[in-house]
Amino acid sequence: MFYRETGQFKTNYADDMAVFPILQDRIGIALILVLAFVVIPLAGSNFLLSSVMIPFLVFSLASIGLNILTGYTGLISLGTGAFMGVGAYACYKLTTLFPEVNIVVWIVASGFFSALVGVLFGLPSLRIKGFYLAVATLAAQFFLQWCFTRIPWLYNYNASGAIEVGQRTLFGINVTGAKASLEARYMVLLTIVTVLTWVASNIMHGRIGRSFMAVRDMDIAAELMGIDLLKTKLLAFAVSSFYAGVAGAAMMFLWYGGGEANDAFNINQSFLILFMVIIGGLGSMIGSFFGAAFISMLPTVLKFGLPALGIPLAGATAEHLTYILVGALIIFFLIVEPHGLARLWQIGKQKLRMWPFPY
Amino acid sequence: MTVTHETIGKGEVLLAVDQVSLSFGGIKAITDVSFDIRKGEIRAIIGPNGAGKTSMLNVINGFYHPQQGKITFKGQTRSKMRPSVAASQGIARTFQNVALFKGMSTLDNIMSGRTLKMNSHFFWQCFRHGPAMAEEIRHREFVEDIIDFLEIQAIRKVPVGKLPYGLQKRVELGRALAMEPDLLLLDEPMAGMNLEEKEDMSRFIIDVNTQYGTTIALIEHDMGVVMDLSDRVVVLEYGRKLADGTPDEVKADQNVIDAYLGVAH
Repeated sequence: MFYRETGQFKTNYADDMAVFPILQDRIGIALILVLAFVVIPLAGSNFLLSSVMIPFLVFSLASIGLNILTGYTGLISLGTGAFMGVGAYACYKLTTLFPEVNIVVWIVASGFFSALVGVLFGLPSLRIKGFYLAVATLAAQFFLQWCFTRIPWLYNYNASGAIEVGQRTLFGINVTGAKASLEARYMVLLTIVTVLTWVASNIMHGRIGRSFMAVRDMDIAAELMGIDLLKTKLLAFAVSSFYAGVAGAAMMFLWYGGGEANDAFNINQSFLILFMVIIGGLGSMIGSFFGAAFISMLPTVLKFGLPALGIPLAGATAEHLTYILVGALIIFFLIVEPHGLARLWQIGKQKLRMWPFPY
Repeated sequence: MTVTHETIGKGEVLLAVDQVSLSFGGIKAITDVSFDIRKGEIRAIIGPNGAGKTSMLNVINGFYHPQQGKITFKGQTRSKMRPSVAASQGIARTFQNVALFKGMSTLDNIMSGRTLKMNSHFFWQCFRHGPAMAEEIRHREFVEDIIDFLEIQAIRKVPVGKLPYGLQKRVELGRALAMEPDLLLLDEPMAGMNLEEKEDMSRFIIDVNTQYGTTIALIEHDMGVVMDLSDRVVVLEYGRKLADGTPDEVKADQNVIDAYLGVAH
């Protein structure tokens, strides 16, 4: 009754091609942005920012990256963790070599290094697809992870072998390092994620997005229509790895505040992000957020939410129970809707448009 | 010398297939076939199952590379070319089994046919503003004309995977038309359709030919349709050319009658 496009007429193509053609959607997005940019930093607790929002945003960015490759272009990759690592190390090297350049610039720029590496490992995708490509990207995962530990130049010969995040400021405010406030880190991260999501959505709605999807749905037809398969696939790898790289840099500098690559950028991370994309919805921007929210927030919510509701949980029991619940919920959602949470969301919106009538 | 679109007059040879042979290992799909397609005509390729008709189309648009023979398109001779190059030279096609992009809407499918005509920079694509948006709107207008022409306004935003077969075929024709081809290859455009859908499709094919002036080469099994639509017919059997001429000539050809009806031994 309230969510309906009735009466909203489009009189030109630009309006009709808008990403959110329905007024209610635009209002919804505006509300979410206000909530994220104003309400949460002002009213949110430290716990909400550090354990819920920041991980969620980092994973959202990585999910968008993988979704561009797997969901939109149909190329499975198990190297996301490694591409994130490339971003993190590139950012670390850049900010130690050129400390005078703003860290936010380097976080975004490190994506380009990741994109370059992604293109390199994307080359086999012209010849192989499906599970075989997944195995080929696995090579990227192991090779890059080996580089992170075996090439001391990458971590500036630190005795710990880890990335050490220094103090960096933006407009005179500390945004990385020990003195940076959670709010500052959150705001920087949120801005990066918002802008990059907008850009990704723009790309996917235009010519390039259509060629990605054409390659995914029917590569032979795409080729006969003049879409160069190699270029398109490599571009998909580049864009995808760019997002993964920025996510990796943001993870190290705005969330972890330093750490060792083998913990943060291992194969588990790659799988985790692949699960986010599958559960959230392949080929859907909003699905990336749903998937990231589901997998990164759910354990936290269960761990701290259940005791708050009066269900006592402690220590090891809580941890195991969380695993069981998350696993069960993943299976449940995949049975209810194999196309992911994004499809559930779409069906819900469709139902809402018809409500109170069944069809 | 490159011969451009304009320098070829009506009725001149647009595409010439010269002694083409194609084999897969020991199997000869096409043996020494020559024929030509003239500008502005509807050319039918017919023949019994396995005669090499689809292989012939695949050779023409560069998907298969013939072992022998030459293909001359718009005055340029080549024996090997990549499909994307054929597309950029103005050859479009539809497929026997619908090869649409199933996850995309009708509109996006037809818009993707405009890919070659679009060239706004990646930078502007990122912001969907300025040149990128202007280009998108310009091509949307063109695509809307095709949607009008094919009478598929109502399914504009429906994912094509959900459409019935007859409409999918129509969308596929639309996608090929969006490329503004000089030569349109249709592989069994009416397979699996009922009479009404066939009549619609025939009307579209004739309209494309007369309104847009597109040269059409089509493969079809419905002889009534073939004889009514086409200006000239080439008949293949077992990869060899059996007959070539106007529908009436082909209909009267004893070899063709034998090939289709069988011969008493």
